[in-house]
Amino acid sequence: MPFSAADFWSIVCLSLAVTATAVSIASVVGIPLGAWLGMSRWRFQRSISAIVHTGMALPPVVVGLLLYLLFSRSGPLAALGWLFTVEAMVAAQTILALPFVVGITMNSVAAVPADLVAQIKSLGAGEWQCRWTVLREARHGVLLAVAAAFGRSISEVGAVLIVGGNIAGHTRVLTTAIVLETSKGRFEFALALGAALLTVALLVNLVILRLQGSQSAA
Amino acid sequence: MTDSALFHLRNVRKRLGAFTLDLHQVDVQAGELLALLGPTGAGKTTLLRLLAGLARADEGELVFAGHSLHSTELPLAVRRRLTLVHQRPLLLSGTVRFNVEYGLRLRKRRDLADPVDAMLERLGLAKLQRQAASTLSGGQSQLVALARALVIEPEVLLLDEPTAHLDPAHVALVETTIREVQRERPMTVVWATHNLFQARRVADRTALLLNGRLVEAGPTEEFFTRPSDPRTADFVEGRMVY
Repeated sequence: MPFSAADFWSIVCLSLAVTATAVSIASVVGIPLGAWLGMSRWRFQRSISAIVHTGMALPPVVVGLLLYLLFSRSGPLAALGWLFTVEAMVAAQTILALPFVVGITMNSVAAVPADLVAQIKSLGAGEWQCRWTVLREARHGVLLAVAAAFGRSISEVGAVLIVGGNIAGHTRVLTTAIVLETSKGRFEFALALGAALLTVALLVNLVILRLQGSQSAA
Repeated sequence: MTDSALFHLRNVRKRLGAFTLDLHQVDVQAGELLALLGPTGAGKTTLLRLLAGLARADEGELVFAGHSLHSTELPLAVRRRLTLVHQRPLLLSGTVRFNVEYGLRLRKRRDLADPVDAMLERLGLAKLQRQAASTLSGGQSQLVALARALVIEPEVLLLDEPTAHLDPAHVALVETTIREVQRERPMTVVWATHNLFQARRVADRTALLLNGRLVEAGPTEEFFTRPSDPRTADFVEGRMVY
């Protein structure tokens, strides 16, 4: 037996906690930023979009490596003492999730018809009231952004392995546990952990879908 | 310009691709219902957008109640004195009631229920109030858009083909409602339509736009019976002039 039921639930809970924290931070920062970018008309709008979309393709191992260098003893952020901690894993997942939240929110907000925005203004909306209404109209896309960011984060392995270290009972999450079990040739356990990962992702997406449904009815 | 002119336009020019709206002189008097007649592409919608402050003229002088609509963004308090109902009904996601309440919520009005109930009843929308706006027909959406605009009691109501999707009974309801509201309180209406009969039924004054230019504007009866421009005569008699 590679680990007990208690260990298993500890890994599942830590995975959820790390990803939920990272996605929450990414959402708090990324939704307003994406909304602002989506509502603004810039001279270099396409370039900004290209940069944000490129962020969606950030290789997790590269993010992990950069954070490792930042948090390592000789790195500029060594004083934080985050290397091989949950905090470093949250930081890595936040960086990976942020472009998804910003990019999808930006595109959803930009897709709200210009005529509808004009109508909102014509009904007497002030600047912030208009922005809030447009964001409300784009809320399905915003929820999709959160769902995509969650999927990206919880399934990511490269960055959390490098900065977390896969320490049992401390920084071991579902993906790093799968890597470990696979390397040991315990494929049945690795598959079971994979099934658990998919189940967690499915449950979270069902919650988001339900939220989207209730928003539609509102 | 007359002293009572609410809108005052002089030498206004607005370019949109190959099209140019070029208006030498247009005045809209407070409290009147001005019908803007003209074929598709004449510039009616562009003019309404300029009057609503949603588009800026490239040149010329465009003044609403002493405020320039040309160079600067109108203060919110001034902007809230006028509203535009678009040709394509643009409703927010949510229920019919949410849409009708929207303008009052923006103004932080607390007593929403009574005016909203009254307006829903007036335009025959009471039974639909809990229905999602996205499930409405085009005609129903147009009525909701009109109710949403009327309930905020605008000083100026700009209407862009507001009955385009309606059956004759509802066209009559809209025309009657607008006229009734104008009798109840001061409201200036600029109503773009390509329907000659509608303009003749509802308008105090009628103006004809062709190819981005104002051909003629005058009291409705005079406009239809004694037009001064031969193009107006051709238009009201149904001959192709564009």
